[in-house]
Amino acid sequence: MNLNLKIWRQKDANDKGKIVEYPIANVSEHMSFLEMLDVLNEELIEKGDEPVAFDHDCREGICGMCSLYINGEAHGPDRGVTTCQLHMRKFKDGDTIFIEPFRATALPVVKDLVVDRSAMDRIQQAGGFVSVNTSGNTQDANAIPIAKENADKAFDAATCIGCGACIATCKNSSAMLYVSAKVSQFSLLPQGQVEAKERVKNMVNKMDEEGFGNCTNTGACEVECPKGISLENISRMNREFLAANFSSKK
Amino acid sequence: MKLDSKVPEGNLKDKWTNYKDSINLVNPANKRNIDIIVVGTGLAGGSASATLAELGYNVKAFCYQDSPRRAHSIAAQGGINAAKNYQGDGDSTYRLFYDTVKGGDYRSREANVFRLAEVSTNIIDQCVAQGVPFARDYGGLLDNRSFGGVLVSRTFYAKGQTGQQLLLGAYSAMNRQIARGKIKMNNRHEMLDIVIVDGKARGIIARNLVTGEIERHSAHAVVIASGGYGNVYFLSTNAMGSNATAAWKAHKKGAHFANPCYTQIHPTCIPRSGDYQSKLTLMSESLRNDGRIWVPKNKKDVDALRNGTIRAVDISEADRDYYLERRYPAFGNLVPRDVASRAAKERCDAGFGVNQTGEAVFLDFSAAIERYGKEQALLKGLDSNNKDKVKELGTEIVRSKYGNLFQMYEKIVDENPYQTPMMIYPAVHYTMGGIWVDYNLMTSVDGLYAIGEANFSDHGANRLGASALMQGLADGYFVLPYTIGDYLSNDIRTGPISTSSKEFDVAEKEVVERIEKLINNKGSNTVDHYHKKLGKIMWDKCGMARTEKGLKDAMSEIKKLREDFWENVSIPGNSSEMNKELEKAGRVADFLELGELFAKDALERNESCGGHFREEYATLEGEAERDDKDFSYVSAWEYKGEPADAILHKEELSFENIEVKVRSYK
Repeated sequence: MNLNLKIWRQKDANDKGKIVEYPIANVSEHMSFLEMLDVLNEELIEKGDEPVAFDHDCREGICGMCSLYINGEAHGPDRGVTTCQLHMRKFKDGDTIFIEPFRATALPVVKDLVVDRSAMDRIQQAGGFVSVNTSGNTQDANAIPIAKENADKAFDAATCIGCGACIATCKNSSAMLYVSAKVSQFSLLPQGQVEAKERVKNMVNKMDEEGFGNCTNTGACEVECPKGISLENISRMNREFLAANFSSKK
Repeated sequence: MKLDSKVPEGNLKDKWTNYKDSINLVNPANKRNIDIIVVGTGLAGGSASATLAELGYNVKAFCYQDSPRRAHSIAAQGGINAAKNYQGDGDSTYRLFYDTVKGGDYRSREANVFRLAEVSTNIIDQCVAQGVPFARDYGGLLDNRSFGGVLVSRTFYAKGQTGQQLLLGAYSAMNRQIARGKIKMNNRHEMLDIVIVDGKARGIIARNLVTGEIERHSAHAVVIASGGYGNVYFLSTNAMGSNATAAWKAHKKGAHFANPCYTQIHPTCIPRSGDYQSKLTLMSESLRNDGRIWVPKNKKDVDALRNGTIRAVDISEADRDYYLERRYPAFGNLVPRDVASRAAKERCDAGFGVNQTGEAVFLDFSAAIERYGKEQALLKGLDSNNKDKVKELGTEIVRSKYGNLFQMYEKIVDENPYQTPMMIYPAVHYTMGGIWVDYNLMTSVDGLYAIGEANFSDHGANRLGASALMQGLADGYFVLPYTIGDYLSNDIRTGPISTSSKEFDVAEKEVVERIEKLINNKGSNTVDHYHKKLGKIMWDKCGMARTEKGLKDAMSEIKKLREDFWENVSIPGNSSEMNKELEKAGRVADFLELGELFAKDALERNESCGGHFREEYATLEGEAERDDKDFSYVSAWEYKGEPADAILHKEELSFENIEVKVRSYK
């Protein structure tokens, strides 16, 4: 198929940036979206132009490195996939495709389609862990049975890949789904209980400090999440946050 | 220089305990004055960084991705082994050790493997304490599954995302230390050289991938945890950015490179589809717990499949060849990876491949769906003869076990694997070879360590499934933190390492010159042009079957390709900005050297063992024929300029606690 790509080009963080048009011919429906961009980049290099910079790594939907806002949707039109798992069979001959970076104040553009997601790491550093040192002397893994239902829910929350689609999709650039996934994982497990109150307060405060917006329950994040992280996690985090603030000693 | 493995004296079972009791320690106050560089933040690098920082050392960690959480360990699917014997099926430390040595075709170092098996149980305890959500049964206890090459269930898992969950555990432990300031995390940085001062590794030169700036970083010791070199084949299940640059620079600065020819070709990957293809996707070995592998018995069915006149489900049970069950009745579909891959190649070479390219076999879940469905029907008091109901119930069980893998398959291939069998074919997945290390995980350069897939030590000539996660975390959480302390105990009076020495000047100058050479080389071919050509040579001549002639050709072709690369490669943009082509070029330049050493190593090893299969050395039945008399050693190569000039050092392997036998899975 032949396509008309309209791609965001921006030299660096200070550049204003603009949409540039690139026609591309003979795209196979079996290609992944990123393979289509690989082909475009090879053509650009051969013509002496600068290739389009975009983030990607595992190309199997798990590392969370790829992003892209495709025709107004994070990770494009397919559901439950990252951009690297999106295939060209979702498009048809003659389509115009807009390709832009994930946009949010807290995720500034580095170059072209590459954004800086280090604010998301900093939220995790504020409390997304259990404080247990490595010793070889922790108790046996089966010492505390955990109800399968809770273990499964904790796992579902923990499958968040930290790509930032929820933030890019949210009209408020809120990181609630992302943060609540980690808070939920630990709040559902006995290992996470000890620090639960401090964790949720610290992570939520850090999220606000980094410039992410508030949640207004539109649910768009859940729709675009490639891993199907549920809104239920946001409710759980809100409960945890309220409880922590009411019962805290400080 | 003679290779000294530094394996402690004493009984196998007491070595590690005695070692830990007798090494030198660094007191907590002194640890605060000692810096350690860790390159790579996967399971090995992430766990090492966190643990070293917990101990009090100042860690400087580096990764090329935008966050340590993206390292390719994240993509590991099936599980992690540990000798917990929770299933009471006869597992033990010795049995895990035995399976690993046998699975590696008796080409690994006994003492290292035993230590690995010994600490395996600690890993599970540690990860559960961190909040890693492993799969559990209805009683709330941890569940297990089986992997290839073993007869027990010792694999812990989190659906098909075990690597993700374990890596996020290590990442969370790192985050705790980053918050405390004990780890200084350098995202989007690539290590481009090691700096050696007075014979000791004392720092690295790194490029900031956002600004292009070349930076100097010093430390008292340097740890390479940068993974394997599977991308030398261009197409592999590795991440696009996975590279051998850090390991190769270490090699060029004096670290011997061991067994480069030991590569794992994983039997169950999605077959390739076109020239534009950028990578291959693995379908977890755990699928072989329930999936049955087959091709048609008759050529006419093969032709009909390729023409599209029939589908897999139209072929009757009697006309299917479940070739693994036929050839290896004891292990069936769960033979080790090297064996399963060669068997698939054998069937496809004989003309029984089931897709257009002739390079695919079926992985079929219909029997499992029926079996689980009947069980569920019984449990729920439903009619177990109702085929539709049974199929529906069975499908749900299979979905709960492997849902994410089936979804990945469906998205890539556009076929529903619950209804038609998957098509799979072997692909490059893991490299057992790597930087040579002694028992301390130290390379042949003082103060330079290699852990995880980057080293060579534990898997011999073939790695068993679910053992890579085990080794990465064992090295990082439980081995290196001890061994590196013994070395650093001599450094408590050294003080900070300066970056303004002539050694740093020279290393930085070399790095800058190389980058300038690449960027100013206005040739006519893209980097991928060379990478694809290299990949083709590697796959055709250093792949699943190798011959003396093929390997000789590979060496000369790779050399020629390398010379062409340096003359005719073209890289757009400049070096003082984010430049992804420049990053790739540096990595491919290193692969173009490593590939030649790989072929040389495979040529020198006149035997077949594990993932290294030389057609000249096979039994009449087509099984690998090992030569223990002449080749029971580790090949450690010393860099001497051109890869072809590398000098071979042999570390003889002795097996005192295990009987060396012909490896049979029949």
